[in-house]
Amino acid sequence: MANGITAVSFEKVSRSFGEIKAVDQVDLEIRDGEFFSLLGPSGSGKTTSLRLIAGFDRQTSGSIHLYGQDVSDLPPYERDVNTVFQDYALFPHMNIADNIGYGLMIKKVPRHERDNKVEEMLNLIQLQGVGSRKPSQLSGGQRQRVALARALINNPKVLLLDEPLGALDLKLRQQMQVELKSLQKRVGITFIFVTHDQEEALTMSDRIAVFNKGKIEQVGSPAEIYEHPSTSFVAGFVGVSNLIKGQVSLRLAGTDATYSIRPEKIHLTNPLQAGQGVVIANGSVRDVVYLGLYTRYLVELEDGGDLVVVEQNLHTTSMDVLALKGKKVSLSWKKEHMRLIGD
Amino acid sequence: MFKFLSTYLYLRPKLVLGLLLGPPMIYMAVVYLGSLASLLVNSFYKLDSFTGLIDRQFTLETYAQLFQRSNLDILIRTTTMAAAVTITDALIAFPLAYTIAKVAGKRAKSFLYLAVMLPLWSSYLIRVYAWKLILSKEGIISWLFNLVGLNPLLDWILSLPNIGGSSLALSPIGVFIVFCYIWLPYMILPIQAALERVSGTLEEASSDLGAKTTQTFFNITLPLSMPGVIAGSIFTFSLTLGDFIVPLSLGNSKYFIGQAVYSHQGTSGNVPLAAAFTMGPVLIMVIYLLIARRMGAFDAL
Repeated sequence: MANGITAVSFEKVSRSFGEIKAVDQVDLEIRDGEFFSLLGPSGSGKTTSLRLIAGFDRQTSGSIHLYGQDVSDLPPYERDVNTVFQDYALFPHMNIADNIGYGLMIKKVPRHERDNKVEEMLNLIQLQGVGSRKPSQLSGGQRQRVALARALINNPKVLLLDEPLGALDLKLRQQMQVELKSLQKRVGITFIFVTHDQEEALTMSDRIAVFNKGKIEQVGSPAEIYEHPSTSFVAGFVGVSNLIKGQVSLRLAGTDATYSIRPEKIHLTNPLQAGQGVVIANGSVRDVVYLGLYTRYLVELEDGGDLVVVEQNLHTTSMDVLALKGKKVSLSWKKEHMRLIGD
Repeated sequence: MFKFLSTYLYLRPKLVLGLLLGPPMIYMAVVYLGSLASLLVNSFYKLDSFTGLIDRQFTLETYAQLFQRSNLDILIRTTTMAAAVTITDALIAFPLAYTIAKVAGKRAKSFLYLAVMLPLWSSYLIRVYAWKLILSKEGIISWLFNLVGLNPLLDWILSLPNIGGSSLALSPIGVFIVFCYIWLPYMILPIQAALERVSGTLEEASSDLGAKTTQTFFNITLPLSMPGVIAGSIFTFSLTLGDFIVPLSLGNSKYFIGQAVYSHQGTSGNVPLAAAFTMGPVLIMVIYLLIARRMGAFDAL
């Protein structure tokens, strides 16, 4: 898939709205054919970055290249990218077929050829026979697919997706995540996907850029981002993470630095054998949340600070885990699972 | 007591609906539709020309009178004027409404909005008479034409049959100008409201799909704001059809529907003919709305 060609590149791109720097000196390279996610909380600059690529918004400084071409000053209709909007933005006065065929109509593709293409797209999104309906007559999931077809029919070099699954319920969202990913593999187009849902980003992406306050904190594969968060923000935003610092870190790891440890790496009910490379910390269970598949514990350490521990209920029942509340426990984890955090 | 009442009403949502809707519905039915029905009934009576009394027998004779040359001319003259005013107002109002809704910043927007609303605060009669002065032979318009040496153009316009007259203040063109001015806010406001509702994302989506700004305007913005244009045109069209003050003050001796109705129900006591004249605009509006619906003007509602 990734073949070394750069699809989109940002060079020192900034976008300010008055005093607020929505995007602040961002450098970014997105490769041809990859599924790339822009992940971050709301107001972190991910959507603004997407709008800069589409051309809906203009950067205050810096330049944007699309397959080597400088598009910094091009209007949206001259950029070879298409967008799937958060609220789908289907044209309410046109039927589904005209919505999907809009891009071709603008390019003056002959009617019969356009009809064939539209039919093809309707097959691709498995919505045969809805061509004559209006957008208001479709469900959220169906509209989502139509928005996708309307963008893909133009064969863009890059497809931009602005939180396209945000309005769908959980089941449908998970189903669409799988469908989107397999669709992207089939068509081989670069997808740039904006989301604030870390699980969604981890599920679908080849690579992720984590945004915070207009800057990119880290770029990497889902595994890298999850296992080697380079900042405490990334560690905290992607998955749940415990930070160990100060006195506790000095006691447990021997140095005064900041470490992160994932809740699922900590053993509580079946402790590890003490020995080389194993950290042991004593504390008492302050809270227990039984979640069926697994249980979440909040443990107050004797050295100070709290740790979140997640354990699967492989050998335990709700009765067992709830009885642990208030009890003294000994936590253990492998030293190699502690990650030194940069900042 | 109040608690009992509120619980009583809470448990009877249909009663609440009835209490809320009842008074306006009764008003609509009796005062509004009732008078319309009375008009319809009266239009099928006729005036006995010998006794001068109204003959309350069903007849189509009154309607037949409408097709006499002089009456037909009044209907055609008024409808043509209403159509011309509506089209002109739509052309003037759209760019203005577009600026207010989509282009202007916060402050410019409230200023423009106020500028549109402000004339409505003063009496309509005052404004008509103000225009009579502006358009008169000694008025500012003639003076301006004189100043730049264009009075031959003004004289030429005034010499045109069916348009001109002795001065701008006493001619169909004067009536047209004042109608356009008087009803303009009623065209701007609904178009502006409709344009506000056209989501910017739709225009972005269109431009994302390759449409240039003009293409986006004609494919997306204009069709989606059409309900506003139709609403505005209903105002300007029907207000012009029914008005008698403007042609009375500024026109020549040729009647409009409003003047005809006024004189028939007043001096001559011919209420049936006045009623028949009134059914003309009603019928024209119904036909207009049916055509508008046919053309899909309400699809985006």
